[in-house]
Amino acid sequence: MLGYALRRLLIAIPVLFGILIVTFVMARSIPGDPCKAMLGEKASAATCEAFTQRFGFDQPITTQLYIYMSDVLRGNFGDSIRFSRPVTQLLVERFPMTIELALLALIVATFAGVTLGIIAARKHNSAADVTTMIGANIGVSMPVFWLGLMLAYIFGVIFKDTIFWLPPSGRLSAGISSVPFYEVWGWQLAADSGWSKFLEFLSNLYIFNALVTFNWPVFWDAVRHMILPVLALATIPMSVIARMTRSSLLDVLGRDYVRTARAKGLLETDVVRKHALGNAMLPVVTILGLQLGALLSGAVLTESVFGLAGVGRLLVEAIFARDYPIIQGVTVTIAVAYVVINLLVDLSYSYLDPRIRQQ
Amino acid sequence: MSALSRASAQYSEKIDTEGLLGDPKPMWRQAISRLLAIRSGQIGLVIILILLFIAAFADVISPYNPQQVLIGVEQVKKRDAPCVHFLGCDTAKPQHIMGIDGNVRDEYSRVLHGTRVSLTIGLTTVSAALLFGVFFGAVSGYFGGWIDMIIMRLMDVILGFPSLLLAIAIVAVLGPGIQNALLAISIVTLPQYARVTRASVLSVKELDFVAASKVMGASHRHILFFRVLPNAMTPIVVLATLGIATAILDAAGLSFLGLGAQPPMPEWGTMLGSERNQIFSAPHLVFFPGIAIMITVLGFNLLGDGLRDALDPRLNHS
Repeated sequence: MLGYALRRLLIAIPVLFGILIVTFVMARSIPGDPCKAMLGEKASAATCEAFTQRFGFDQPITTQLYIYMSDVLRGNFGDSIRFSRPVTQLLVERFPMTIELALLALIVATFAGVTLGIIAARKHNSAADVTTMIGANIGVSMPVFWLGLMLAYIFGVIFKDTIFWLPPSGRLSAGISSVPFYEVWGWQLAADSGWSKFLEFLSNLYIFNALVTFNWPVFWDAVRHMILPVLALATIPMSVIARMTRSSLLDVLGRDYVRTARAKGLLETDVVRKHALGNAMLPVVTILGLQLGALLSGAVLTESVFGLAGVGRLLVEAIFARDYPIIQGVTVTIAVAYVVINLLVDLSYSYLDPRIRQQ
Repeated sequence: MSALSRASAQYSEKIDTEGLLGDPKPMWRQAISRLLAIRSGQIGLVIILILLFIAAFADVISPYNPQQVLIGVEQVKKRDAPCVHFLGCDTAKPQHIMGIDGNVRDEYSRVLHGTRVSLTIGLTTVSAALLFGVFFGAVSGYFGGWIDMIIMRLMDVILGFPSLLLAIAIVAVLGPGIQNALLAISIVTLPQYARVTRASVLSVKELDFVAASKVMGASHRHILFFRVLPNAMTPIVVLATLGIATAILDAAGLSFLGLGAQPPMPEWGTMLGSERNQIFSAPHLVFFPGIAIMITVLGFNLLGDGLRDALDPRLNHS
């Protein structure tokens, strides 16, 4: 197991390295004077001089790459042009929103998808099966931003003044604010340390923050605001997971050992739950890792639909403002997160399937 | 007289030539007849044929020019709701099945013309990704060694990014616009084709007929492109069909964010994106382009699933 984990880690390192090189090359491909591009048209000659010195634009490309790498590895992405604040600080404020959204969507998609898949497989060729599969086919074909807008319209306008009304935008209602847990507990944070950044990051996960501080009004408000975005974002992965679970379970249910289990008189529920499901879940776990990429991509679109201040919206707004430090910081962070998540999925896969470890 | 029946006559043996005579049915025709027997293949094919028809004859079918501003032409207002005479709309008013958009144009004509744009987007991005992806994958799988190593690690790096995110980043560098968006989507999807081609080539190149070709002194180029690749195409065809669906979705997403097709091009994602703030007052301007995207993507997804079942029943049915 440890050997496998190490080998898998060794494969991830060149990929991470490659991601840094790709983002470096992209940043250097921006047309025009790098200083004017990075700092804005109004940058003075003196500022540009300092900038060129700092990032080594007058140095050979390898030196520039070295400076870039050492900056990124220290979590330093420079300052945003638009906000005049460190990109890292913006990430600490915005990334938790995206993580909360993607994670909740993943949980919903997995539970609903697996359940629907099991129902479809157990009632193979029944009305329930056909309906689920038609629904799943339509689900994977829907654009996430369209579904988001339609949900906002249905629950925000049609159900207005009923108990089904849900807020179509924002993270919290006006007048409700989330108090960071460290302030509630009266912790004194050292300014600008990595630890305090981490705590700030955690406190920006509003639902988590409200849970640990037992602040139920904020908790419910945050949850209510998340329902529509999560529904929109979860639909595509849910459909994919449902299809995968169904086909995988159907495959396993046709195996000899399942026939043996049935032949010895086990209840069908036990056959499915204790014998078939474990093996049927293996391909589903692989799909989960791949779906996380789709979730992170979809989060960009979902945030933009529901007016949520996450990294996706930060990125899109930065593109129109030509705020390159933000574009670079967000791209690197999400890509690294994605690689790390996939690494974890692969490791859990090898835990679930002992055959992988032997290879 | 065929060689077989001549042999039969010569040796005066009774060889049943039934079914052995005549031309063998070409493989692609077998595949199509199998595809037509599969439900998802049938539905997908019908949807795509209808879309192709609409795309080809968009100018004839659509009641208005998609770019024509109707101010002064008809008594219509900006973002008017749909008016269908058949459903009881006042016949005195001009008929607009999908309503009027934010620039006082006929939404229905724009949605119809969007078919042309979206199909072009899907086909061009997938063709470009296929061309390079299949080439890299084939070379990688056939030659192996350090070429394989370099190409595949490069593909791993591209796959290291969530696809739409990398596409957004590429557009950020190149600048918003439909061409850059298409280029970005092609680059982002290329590794899938390379990987699948490589795996397929790896399994085909071990077969006996390839060895026979080698013994006969065929060049690497001949073996790879005329012997191995044609026999390794099955999974690639399936992936490409499904890939058209994803490409259309991704392009619509980029356009929705304002990074892809720019107005006034009647692209569904752009149409949806430019009216998204009017969702509460004019939901039809969001509803119809979205439905159009969904039907198109559904068509290619169903056809892809059908092709997978038709071309290789052993492939994974997910």
